[in-house]
Amino acid sequence: MPDTRHEPIRVGIGTPLNRVDGEAKVTGQAQYAAEYPAAGLLHGVIVSGRIARGRITGIDETAARSVPGVVEVLTHRNRPHTPWLDRNYKDELSIPGDPFRPLESEEIQFSGQPVALVLAETFEAARFAASLIDVSYEAAPHNIDFEASLAEKFLPSKKRNSYHEPKNHGDADAAFDKAELRHEARYHLAVEHHNPMEMHATTVDWHGDGTLTVYDKNQGSQGVQSYLCNIFGFSKKELRVVNAYVGGAFGSGLRPQYQVYLAVMAAKHMQRSVRVVMTRQQMFTHAHRPEAVYTVKLGAEPTGKLTAILGDATTSTSRFEDNMEDVVIWGMINYDSPNMKGEYSIAPRDTYTSADMRAPGAATGMTIFEIAMDELAYKAGVDPLEFRMINYSDIDAMYRTPFTSKALREAYREGAAAFGWDRRSPEPRSMREGRELIGWGMATGLWNAEFVETSARARLTADGRLEVASATSDIGTGTYTVLALVAADTLGLRPERITVRIGDSDLPHSQVEGGSRAAASAGAAVQLACQAVGAKLLAAAAKVEGKPLGDARSLEDVTLTDGYMILRSDPSKAVSFADAMAASGLDVIEEEATAKPGLGDRISQMTKSRNVHSAVFAEVRVDEDLGQVRVTRIVNAVAAGRIINPKTARSQILGGVVMGMGMALHEETMGDPILGRWMNHNLAEYHIPVNADVHDIEVIFVDEPDPEVTPLGAKGVGEIGIISTAAAIANAIFHATGQRHRNLPITIDRLIAT
Amino acid sequence: MSEAALSLANDPGREVASSAIGTVPVTLTINGQEHRLAVEPWVTLLDLLRERLHLTGSKKGCDHGQCGACTVLIDGRRMNSCLKLAVTLDGSEITTIEGLGQPGNLHPLQAAFLEHDAFQCGYCTPGQICSGVGLIAEGHARTRDDVREQMSGNLCRCGAYTNIADAILEVLGTEDRE
Amino acid sequence: MIRFDYARPTEVSDAVREGAAEQATYLAGGTNLVDLLKENVARPTRVVDIGRLPLAEIGETESGGLRLGALVTNSETAYDSRVQERYPLLSSAILAGATAQLRNAATNGGNINQRTRCYYFYDVATPCNKRNPGQGCGAIGGVNRIHAILGTSPHCIATHPSDMAVALAALQAEVRVTGSDGERVIPFADYHRLPGEEPWRDNTLKPGELVTAIDLPAERFTQNFTYLKLRDRLSYAFALVSVAVAMRIEDGRIAEARIALGGVAHKPWRRLEAEEVLVGRAPDRAAFDAATEVLLDGARGHGANDFKIPMARKAIPRALEQAAAGTPQSQTDKRLA
Ligand SMILES: Cc1cc2nc3c(=O)[nH]c(=O)nc-3n(C[C@H](O)[C@H](O)[C@H](O)COP(=O)(O)OP(=O)(O)OC[C@H]3O[C@@H](n4cnc5c(N)ncnc54)[C@H](O)[C@@H]3O)c2cc1C
Ligand code: SF4
Ligand code: FES
Ligand code: FES
Repeated sequence: MPDTRHEPIRVGIGTPLNRVDGEAKVTGQAQYAAEYPAAGLLHGVIVSGRIARGRITGIDETAARSVPGVVEVLTHRNRPHTPWLDRNYKDELSIPGDPFRPLESEEIQFSGQPVALVLAETFEAARFAASLIDVSYEAAPHNIDFEASLAEKFLPSKKRNSYHEPKNHGDADAAFDKAELRHEARYHLAVEHHNPMEMHATTVDWHGDGTLTVYDKNQGSQGVQSYLCNIFGFSKKELRVVNAYVGGAFGSGLRPQYQVYLAVMAAKHMQRSVRVVMTRQQMFTHAHRPEAVYTVKLGAEPTGKLTAILGDATTSTSRFEDNMEDVVIWGMINYDSPNMKGEYSIAPRDTYTSADMRAPGAATGMTIFEIAMDELAYKAGVDPLEFRMINYSDIDAMYRTPFTSKALREAYREGAAAFGWDRRSPEPRSMREGRELIGWGMATGLWNAEFVETSARARLTADGRLEVASATSDIGTGTYTVLALVAADTLGLRPERITVRIGDSDLPHSQVEGGSRAAASAGAAVQLACQAVGAKLLAAAAKVEGKPLGDARSLEDVTLTDGYMILRSDPSKAVSFADAMAASGLDVIEEEATAKPGLGDRISQMTKSRNVHSAVFAEVRVDEDLGQVRVTRIVNAVAAGRIINPKTARSQILGGVVMGMGMALHEETMGDPILGRWMNHNLAEYHIPVNADVHDIEVIFVDEPDPEVTPLGAKGVGEIGIISTAAAIANAIFHATGQRHRNLPITIDRLIAT
Repeated sequence: MSEAALSLANDPGREVASSAIGTVPVTLTINGQEHRLAVEPWVTLLDLLRERLHLTGSKKGCDHGQCGACTVLIDGRRMNSCLKLAVTLDGSEITTIEGLGQPGNLHPLQAAFLEHDAFQCGYCTPGQICSGVGLIAEGHARTRDDVREQMSGNLCRCGAYTNIADAILEVLGTEDRE
Repeated sequence: MIRFDYARPTEVSDAVREGAAEQATYLAGGTNLVDLLKENVARPTRVVDIGRLPLAEIGETESGGLRLGALVTNSETAYDSRVQERYPLLSSAILAGATAQLRNAATNGGNINQRTRCYYFYDVATPCNKRNPGQGCGAIGGVNRIHAILGTSPHCIATHPSDMAVALAALQAEVRVTGSDGERVIPFADYHRLPGEEPWRDNTLKPGELVTAIDLPAERFTQNFTYLKLRDRLSYAFALVSVAVAMRIEDGRIAEARIALGGVAHKPWRRLEAEEVLVGRAPDRAAFDAATEVLLDGARGHGANDFKIPMARKAIPRALEQAAAGTPQSQTDKRLA
């Protein structure tokens, strides 16, 4: 009999649950990659190169080697042998080209390239010795200037897997030429660096028995494991990768970064444990959001109805890999127009390869498109929100396929209502308070709802505790908590009884965490695994004396609550998990399951478009003379299907909005063209928003039931928050000041009216 | 100077009380526990905590005073431990996140951070919490604007700022909670 | 970080003796020096920790001013009730700078001796005359968004980054120093210098000289003052342009005005001629614009920092208006007054 004296609890999908990993984080107990102790640990400090292109002609290590405590200096001259085939260096993202190989040869491909690794008994000795290494170079001509690199722009014949070719319709050029209302402008987005607060770091624990554990900062332990095994000749049994806690990544951990390569190389070479932590300056020597130019041409009827959408974008990459993004497709997907055309190319320069950064492509492309839409709305004399409604498309306007769901109308409506958009005065410069001009702007966000094959294991023990496990990651996204909720929901257990294990390559298969897909994908896998455990429990219950559950065969016949299976048709009949297991002589029930796209008939991967939408509203206050901007209010209304944990999902949106504020106002990595080097490579001069910059942010999740998109009906919320937040701010700045800024970020120098 | 002393000092759990050549004897009270150490002058408090004493709760986010992740309380005042040479702190009392509260025994601000979801990846969090404790002790913050400004020395790339302000305002117990 | 000897004297005389050694450097709060040590920009062979010297008091001077010990922290100074009452401009400027935790460590002596934030100066992989005399200046023709528009030389266009020093310039403080030749007092205007032919010299301290205190004169500006700072985000960023104003208004006319600019030159920028323009005039926009023109006379951009000229041209009259109206800029409410 269930204990009827206590209220049955039902914590599950939709419950705003505190992070289950929260206590570890607020007490400093959560361990990040650089924080694992290892016996006999060596500290590795990376020496970064000075020039942008050319070759190393000499390295004087004498002084460094004479520092007491230094045990080795690895350079291209003495590094251990590694394979020479490019394919050994391919990572999960597989960008076409020749992946960067640290310490491979004397060739220098970008400024800040690692040229040596100093290994010493203490961090301080390694740091000191690193400063003594004297490298001489022969420089070759280089270019890091993006505008200059556009002369070499091209569309690679071998495209990145994730790239989506724009699909053109009608005759966009002709339609644009004929259109009565036209807008054409070129927009630019500066280079941004991810700058997660934790710097990329690796601790290799060399166990001495031929096995090693690599504690590494990344977004996918198994991808890094494969990469390292391919290069260094370990088997997956021998080399385990752990990323249990990741101090943010935003895409910088999608690909293995060079410190993990160096750390494992050094550990193998020295047969010792090694730790390598990048400096903050070195965080500017790898992944970054590509610089972008995007020319948008829009043609419309006088009513504002679009007749032509044309986009032509170029993003930056390195000279050794062809990184591509989807930049121009977003406006084409979102807005109804009979004629559309998208063109895209990449421009190589002498930097490290650009990389995915939170909402790659869309954060650039949709944001810029939404500034262009705002411009045309003003030309048409139509309220910007109304203008979006005029051009609303119920289907994916580019692929011409239906959406599994699209509650963007509701997002517009609820966002506008919360913001008070109807009180907006349409004219630019028409709202002010004292010396501040007030501007209200809005924009639409669009992102993919991804779902990838993921496995999970669920293990129920006789004491009523459940462990769920998958190799997926939590990079601040709340994966731990989401998986606990899904498991709680499926088996009706209290979250306190559930342990979530993730971030370990030994666990069931998961892809790299990116594209906001971990919650939906790993969540689905956990649900399946828990359902399998539930089925076993039910079978076990049949052995309980008297068969209280009768012939209940399917989980549909029972309610699972707080460790009991209760018969739906007669709630007075129940069996506890413990009794069921005891009756069947089971100590443990363990099940593994894999959730796959296309599973069952509900998941229509190909025939329908699967997207997340948002409506962002921003209020800015701009000092009329001095150009100081304050973003005083943001409302972000998001349609992302079912929200598994409203608490952590809200935080994801808040974080995206804050990063969008950075994109709008602050973030810009500036390069010295002569030296070919990023110069503001630190957090004092690369500005991200601080607490004083962030005022009210309201997050709304609109109701969007979508049983088709993913098994849980969830779409993922990691990136949608950043998309178009910068556009809403830029549009608000126009509304406040009458100045249109087409260069992001809109820093104070650009605002100071001349 | 003797590198043997260095590697000894690096040995997990081991503390070196000798004054080997090149090292300076330092006594620090960390989270209420006295540590007699021999430290080279170029070792920062942050590296001492993390690498030698294995108190990794204090985070390194920049190592240059630009992020606040390393914030600890030194004699009750919040400071960036990455910019403090340990030798200069002889005789000081240091409180790190580990000393504020532990799982099951949280400091009110730790509890408020948890409740307000004032973090995501958690990497800036120990610094934010130590900074918040320092802010409350300083007594210069009453309004939300005060809290925002006085917490601006702690970057959060995950963007948890509004929740951080909420958590601190709750513990401050002022009206301006919005 | 290179290796160095460490000394921790407790008497000023010992400190000065230690500091006189070749390649010795003083360490106070460490918020600038430790950073520069890590970057291998500062390469002392001996670090003299002055943290235990008896210079951590704020006291009265004989002439009715305040003496700020070199080792009083920036926080203690800014929140000291005497400073807040008598020199609110100084308090405001300090609170406009850095962060609470940096100000808790930073000292008054360290603040005025902090070095430039020029990107090239900080990055030893790039050329810099200030760091390595004769190497050339990377910022000229490079990334110079944060650089100087006034008083530059062909060898260096760096700015002095301190906010506090800008207020001290306006308040006409004096710097008390002790060296092997004994004590001397340097008027604030003469303390920092322009780069000229010797960009490696930030100030007029002689080698080994120690700042023991900063003296504030008796004259107070408690009604008409402001510190207006423009920067890239609303907190925790160095000034692009900042303006300190201390003013006395009598019978509706400006009796005295001091204007110092930060973020625009190798030292806090003052021009007495500009201040004289204001004396005797009504505090109105025409007067403020006239003073602004004189103050910015000769300003020249280097490309990325050209904007600082119009920015300063707008910020100066605004600050003068704030001061004249008795509505100083709040460092908490980010709306510009
Ligand atoms: C990220 C960051 C942001 C900052 N933002 C700002 C800002 O916005 N505005 C601002 O004004 N400042 C800012 N600062 C700078 C900060 O104010 C200074 O670092 C601090 O004031 C220096 O004081 P200190 O006691 O720590 O000096 P130290 O680092 O100890 O010393 C600095 C220099 O002064 C010398 N020195 C110190 N004391 C004496 C003395 N008594 N006599 C002679 N020489 C001495 C030292 O030898 C050294 O060269 C920032 C710093 C950082 C790291
Ligand atoms: S401006 Fe001055 S500090 Fe900067 S690079 Fe030039 S010489 Fe060096
Ligand atoms: S690590 Fe100390 S401030 Fe960033
Ligand atoms: S929680 Fe990730 S940086 Fe603040």
